Amino acid sequence: MTDDLAFLPAREIAERVRTRKTSAAEVAQVHLDRIRRFDPKIKAFLSVRQNASPGAPAGPLAGVPVALKDNLCTLEEPTTCGSKILETYRAPYEATVVSRLRAAGATILGKTNLDEFAMGSSTENSGYFPTRNPWDLSRVPGGSSGGSAAAVAAGLATASLGSDTGGSIREPAALSGVVGFKPTYGRVSRHGLVALASSLDQIGPFARDVQDAALVMSVIGGHDPLDATSLPGATPDYLGKLERDPKGLRIGLPKEYFADGLDAEVRDLVMAAIRALEKRRAKIVDVALPMTEHGIATYYVVLAAEASSNLARYDGVHYGHRTKAPAGLIEMTSKSRAEGFGPEVKRRILLGTFVLSSDRIDAYYHRAQKVRRLIARDFEKAFESCDVLMGPTSPTAAFKLGEKSADPLSLYLCDVYTVGANLAGLPGISVPCGFTKGGLPAGLQVLGRPLDDLGVLQAGRAVERELNLAPQRPSL
Amino acid sequence: MALELSHLRHLALLARLDLADADLEAIRPRLQAIIEYVDQLKKLDVEGVPPLDNAVDLTNVRRPDEPRPGLPAEAALANAPAVAGPYFAVPRIIDAP
Repeated sequence: MTDDLAFLPAREIAERVRTRKTSAAEVAQVHLDRIRRFDPKIKAFLSVRQNASPGAPAGPLAGVPVALKDNLCTLEEPTTCGSKILETYRAPYEATVVSRLRAAGATILGKTNLDEFAMGSSTENSGYFPTRNPWDLSRVPGGSSGGSAAAVAAGLATASLGSDTGGSIREPAALSGVVGFKPTYGRVSRHGLVALASSLDQIGPFARDVQDAALVMSVIGGHDPLDATSLPGATPDYLGKLERDPKGLRIGLPKEYFADGLDAEVRDLVMAAIRALEKRRAKIVDVALPMTEHGIATYYVVLAAEASSNLARYDGVHYGHRTKAPAGLIEMTSKSRAEGFGPEVKRRILLGTFVLSSDRIDAYYHRAQKVRRLIARDFEKAFESCDVLMGPTSPTAAFKLGEKSADPLSLYLCDVYTVGANLAGLPGISVPCGFTKGGLPAGLQVLGRPLDDLGVLQAGRAVERELNLAPQRPSL
Repeated sequence: MALELSHLRHLALLARLDLADADLEAIRPRLQAIIEYVDQLKKLDVEGVPPLDNAVDLTNVRRPDEPRPGLPAEAALANAPAVAGPYFAVPRIIDAP
């Protein structure tokens, strides 16, 4: 019974709590017990609220236990961003998404592990410890929101929040066998999200099915006056509008997303799901995104430039680590940063400083911004002949810890299918589409036009409904 | 293009990262590989293409110019490594007269 409570959908937990069949305290306790038992193996959490105050017995997420990526500001515990430089940092205000979750009745369980400052695709770059994939503990859960993905996959939380700058929600969702949704840029307020690359960052939910992801989206989405980039208007009732017959839906298959480098088993699982929709009379359209091969290069220039600027705030003056007994101001800042940041963060700050330096900015940063326009135009053109795009979320299933850490470029290429959505501001979702013979989850990605978050969720739900996969739980 | 150690030292100073030459030598080949990879963008024709810096093309979002509460000073100073009264404290940067 109690473990069933752990794998119950959010909407059913909320219904039970609202009708007083189950108490929010009981639901919270079941999850805290599971965290105590299983998280020493998975290491999804950086901090756990042992006495998590149960959410209100009313609201759309009444009593639903939720985990938060540790780059979302909260008042009850440190917000570390997975970095030693913020080990003791206590945010003076709460992220808008956290306030909205609480107002909807959710129980906050704790904060989850991530690659330091969300820079990575495996959660191995955390300044604390790597997180492991619940389906195979020798493998990574994906990243950077790997802790949030693993927590939901392992039944340690019913839903969680992550942030997606180049795929950091969708890629770990695929590798960990859960649903991960990256909304249109600006759809969810970023107030209280520690910035990585401000023109790319977006917060979104993880859940075990698309219906739960839609439910959480309705709660966290909508305009926020505290984030000038948040889009006007409230969010629709995504869950209420989710079921839509795929008949007549035009599904574009970008040929570049099925080219060399894609694992054959992942490809077959993705294609089987698309064929299932075709049987329901969805229309398959071949499209081209010729700039795909330049997506990663464009992304890394834009990301490094924005990240090196955003991370300039860690100066040892206002908050965060300060070196002991510095001789002067420059030494204080330079030593504090060198001691506090990990190797990947230092590399990206140096790359950002390089592409923004006055003699290089035209050749690198300004040029990348122009290529970014060409990438957005690719998508605009593709959407003239289709309603959504579908393909794999990641070229492979989960890889082993350490497998890609010697070569940062090979790790960057994990994001080849996901960075386009961030560069162009599109909504995207990763939906589980089965398991490889080795027992590892594979994810199908749906991308939609800017602002068509509902269309993407509906298409993702159609994939889930038509595949109707038997529910599986990782054996822990 | 080859990334020289002297160039890397200068970048590290600009980025305020106190890294020894040995650290920079360790970073150099990886950074060099990434720069060579992103150099592929130089082959593309981007003549006349307007840059895209923000996917939603929102500009100059304003709010009414009305006072509202800000962060109290104590909260703003709570995480500071060193304070002096109501101020952030740093090492002396001007010699005493």
